[in-house]
Amino acid sequence: MWYFVVPEVVFGQDALSHLAELKGKTAFIVTDKNIVNLGLIDKVKEQLAQAGIQATIFDEVEPDPSLQTVQKGVALVNQYGPDLIVAVGGGSVMDAAKAMRVEYERPDIKAEEINPFISDLGLGAKCKLVCIATTSGTGAEATFVVVLTDTADQRKLSLINREIVPDIAIVDPEMARAMPPQITADTGIDALTHAIEGYTCAWKNDFADGLCIRAIQLVFRYLPRAVRNGDDMEAREKMHNAACMAGIGFVNALTAMAHAAGHSLGAVFHTPHGRAVGLFLPYTIEFIGEVREELWAEIAYAIKLEVPQGKTAAAILAQTIRELAREIHQPVSLKEAGIPLDSFNKAMERLIDNVMADGSLIVSARIPNVAETERFFNYTYEGKSIDF
Amino acid sequence: MAVLFGTQEWADTLKKAVETSQAYKEAAKNWEGDLYIIVEPDASYTHRHIVYLDLWHGECREASGIEDEGEKSPKYRIFGPFTNMKQILDKKVDAVQSMMTGKIKVKGDMAQIMKMPRATVELVNCMTSFDTVFPD
Repeated sequence: MWYFVVPEVVFGQDALSHLAELKGKTAFIVTDKNIVNLGLIDKVKEQLAQAGIQATIFDEVEPDPSLQTVQKGVALVNQYGPDLIVAVGGGSVMDAAKAMRVEYERPDIKAEEINPFISDLGLGAKCKLVCIATTSGTGAEATFVVVLTDTADQRKLSLINREIVPDIAIVDPEMARAMPPQITADTGIDALTHAIEGYTCAWKNDFADGLCIRAIQLVFRYLPRAVRNGDDMEAREKMHNAACMAGIGFVNALTAMAHAAGHSLGAVFHTPHGRAVGLFLPYTIEFIGEVREELWAEIAYAIKLEVPQGKTAAAILAQTIRELAREIHQPVSLKEAGIPLDSFNKAMERLIDNVMADGSLIVSARIPNVAETERFFNYTYEGKSIDF
Repeated sequence: MAVLFGTQEWADTLKKAVETSQAYKEAAKNWEGDLYIIVEPDASYTHRHIVYLDLWHGECREASGIEDEGEKSPKYRIFGPFTNMKQILDKKVDAVQSMMTGKIKVKGDMAQIMKMPRATVELVNCMTSFDTVFPD
């Protein structure tokens, strides 16, 4: 038995206008200063005003939001008492908003205590959560995962509970138009990682598979175009859809080793999430290798790759992902990502510990031990294909 | 040879499996806490069984079959009906998915479990590394 959980998804050009159809009196908008400066909050407020909804703004969410930021937001949301929480931003903003919503509706539960074993959270009684994505990668608008940083522990907390899924996900490509090429690339490769890991992890399932495989096709076809030209609205729309589909796909199956390694790297070196997981993706495909060869072959077929005699689909797929990464100017090794060797070596124990403790690792089709994890990191530093 | 669940022999076999599992040692190196595994009767089984495990930093310090639930006060209680527990021991379902769907319940410090999810997985791997049968 398993569940497939999804919010109401409003997608396509002008999807933002759905806000004008909402019921409510007050909205608490969670965002960051960059989104405010881009004028996106004005667009959101305009739509809410048409529904007669007054809004206040909390724009202090930082990349890799901390527990402390969530607490700050919770204090304000409690004062304001809204019947809508509207997150406008990327994964960091939406994750922070999900955590704030839980504490607002369930003051007896701290954000860091969110776990998959709590049932009957009873969310929705005080407010609805609307997530509006401004990046095309995280899929957080449609997931029930929250990633927060415990700054004291230098560790990312992956918190999951299917009841925290947003009520409404708004996937309007216009909201992603202003994304610069670097963020388009970072977030797009995140979507690809979600889709590939969701399609191949131990908890893969028929419902998630369809979304993941389609998302993989869309990313390979449209991500380079979206990076080259942010005003290519067909590419923007397809990438926005792909990210949401991959989000729904992975969260109902889970991500795996690339995310465990990416979370670990991000917590120590603050590498942007998508760049980190995308960097590790081809290496994890090589590491998992023959355990999932049939699935690598299915993905290769879906994106029209030829697997020559004597080669594995894993190797061809990993190589193709590295080529995509180069095309969109992403690093393909930790060295290329600018991590100094001495810092890397000093952090090795922490990097390994973080991977070993990461929830994503438990659904990897092949789980590395400590020695393999250290070797894995050393290979990824040098950009050497995994051969063990 | 299959081992009878709930007996001292089963507890000893599991203790040995834990002690020889490098994967468990690595995954649970920071784990602190004892637990009960409780198999509850259901429509297809009338007995109740309790196994006690004292797990500490990757080691199993004690494992025993327990008659009286009040005998110990463990940090965790993992419990569920016979049919669901048997499916896990028979490797027919994933233990963590069973917990996430409420087929198996966990009581205790969830923060530690969330910090070391692989410790749970590797403990279950130890439990399923030998064949288990249940008393009639």
